[in-house]
Amino acid sequence: MSRNLILGAALSSLVLLAALVSYIWTPYDHAALNIPAKLNPPGDGHWFGTDHFGRDMFSMIMVGARTSIAVALVAVGIGMALGVPLGLTAAAHKGSWLDEVIMRGNDLVFAFPSLVIAILITAVFGAGAINAIIAIGIFNIPVFARITRGAALSLWEREFILAARVAGKGAARISAEHILPNVANLLIVQGTIQFSLGILAEAGLSYVGLGAQPPTPSWGRMLADAQTMVSIAPHLALIPGLAIIVTVLGLNLLGDGLRDWLDPRIRVARA
Amino acid sequence: MMLRYTLKRLLSLVLSLAVASVVIFAVIEVAPGDPASFMLGVNAQADTLAALRAELGLDVSKVQRYFNWVSGMLIGDFGTSYTYRTPVSQMIADRLWVSLPLALYALTLSTLIAFPAGIYAAARRGQPGDLAVMGATQLGIAVPNFWFAMMLVLVFAINLRWFNAGGFAGWDNGLGVGLRSLTLPAVALALPQAAILARVMRSALLDILGEDFMRTARAKGLSRRQALWRHGIRNALIPVLTIIGLQFSFLLAGSIIIEQVFYLPGLGRLVFQAISARDLIVVESVVMLLVFAVITVNFLVDLAYAAVDPRLRSRT
Repeated sequence: MSRNLILGAALSSLVLLAALVSYIWTPYDHAALNIPAKLNPPGDGHWFGTDHFGRDMFSMIMVGARTSIAVALVAVGIGMALGVPLGLTAAAHKGSWLDEVIMRGNDLVFAFPSLVIAILITAVFGAGAINAIIAIGIFNIPVFARITRGAALSLWEREFILAARVAGKGAARISAEHILPNVANLLIVQGTIQFSLGILAEAGLSYVGLGAQPPTPSWGRMLADAQTMVSIAPHLALIPGLAIIVTVLGLNLLGDGLRDWLDPRIRVARA
Repeated sequence: MMLRYTLKRLLSLVLSLAVASVVIFAVIEVAPGDPASFMLGVNAQADTLAALRAELGLDVSKVQRYFNWVSGMLIGDFGTSYTYRTPVSQMIADRLWVSLPLALYALTLSTLIAFPAGIYAAARRGQPGDLAVMGATQLGIAVPNFWFAMMLVLVFAINLRWFNAGGFAGWDNGLGVGLRSLTLPAVALALPQAAILARVMRSALLDILGEDFMRTARAKGLSRRQALWRHGIRNALIPVLTIIGLQFSFLLAGSIIIEQVFYLPGLGRLVFQAISARDLIVVESVVMLLVFAVITVNFLVDLAYAAVDPRLRSRT
């Protein structure tokens, strides 16, 4: 196992753990106001300090991790749930009109500047976590469709697929029973990368006020709140930013590490 | 062959733009609320409302409205803002003078950082220098640019007072003054892009280093570094230029959030102001313009790529 994989897995689990633990325990109530203790720097009973309402930053970061993970995870789920079947279908009917329609549709979604469309969607349908998930999720669909189709196409040329066809299995059954398990590794790696992009996108949308709404804590909105106070209390901006960086860095390293680990050919080529 | 490829890509460009316009129009259409009643408030008289709806062109069928919008845009008429009552095209033109230079500035910075970093890392593959650059790029990719922007403000505007924390000085006071107020936003936008570009540059160079002609160059007696400079970089530029093209469109769209951090009067702020004022015609047109810019730049990159590498023309 590579250093990337270990470090990535460690950082990602740390964030996941923080999110899970926050359901049963946080140092303070993340929503409890304590105005006399506002803007305390890190230390002295509050590991990450307090915000402008005296809320405990550590607790807010823990609960905020839930929002980030939930939004990004569901968005990746949408992308996989729709993109993978589309990619499998396109590969199974390579060159047909169905393939053409699916892939051109993909190109089209790909060509849209995702951030702009996410802003459009959340602006029209209202800001909130659900709409943020949909907006981010839509742009995951072509990513998974493309990668699934690409990998599936080369599998369709293989002899074990031919054997399955001779045995009388239809395209749909072959796709589900033989192609999908063989592209699963690739999908896991891509899923990790899309997950990290989703975390960044969620933070960006929350920052401009189009993501999760108060009182749900989110890292992006903590940053937005910090903006006017950054000169008197830099920790307000520093800490949520570091939380995002640790999460995204962890997931990217995990993705890189998994790719090397799951694909022995790359392991050899890189050595 | 090139002509056929160009025509095919052109057709798909037009098709993409057409579908994009329908999607954007449809999304805006399902938005709850009628702009006219929003502007006049709840106590508006029915006839005043009807008059305003007619003035805004809202009294015709949806299909008719769509064609009015699209045909207007084709001749540069983006309609009239619901809130400001000024032509949207004028508002966009004003804002473009901030957003476009910002994107170009960021692209220049990103390229200036990424090229040396990528070349340096590729030339020292596996050595500490390479690992340091690659580690830095991993970090650069993980940093949200709006957070990086806030940190730049904290250090360079609030503590060191080298730059203003926000706002735009305008171009009337000279190029230097304008560029100065765009410097921090451009750096914030450029950093994550530079990280991606440096990685692309490095891996493109490493691919080239394995090619036969590089071995030939070495066999001719060129040192590793000479071969890299004379033959490697030029060949690696093709994939790198593609990414630069894609980054430009990303920067144009990505500046939306950075403009919020720095209170820059660009397209991004225009969109957000329009969203909160429910000035949907402005939102619709700016979004369409950005999509147009992105799709067109991608199209041009594809063409340039195919012109350089004939193998790509046969693929679609």
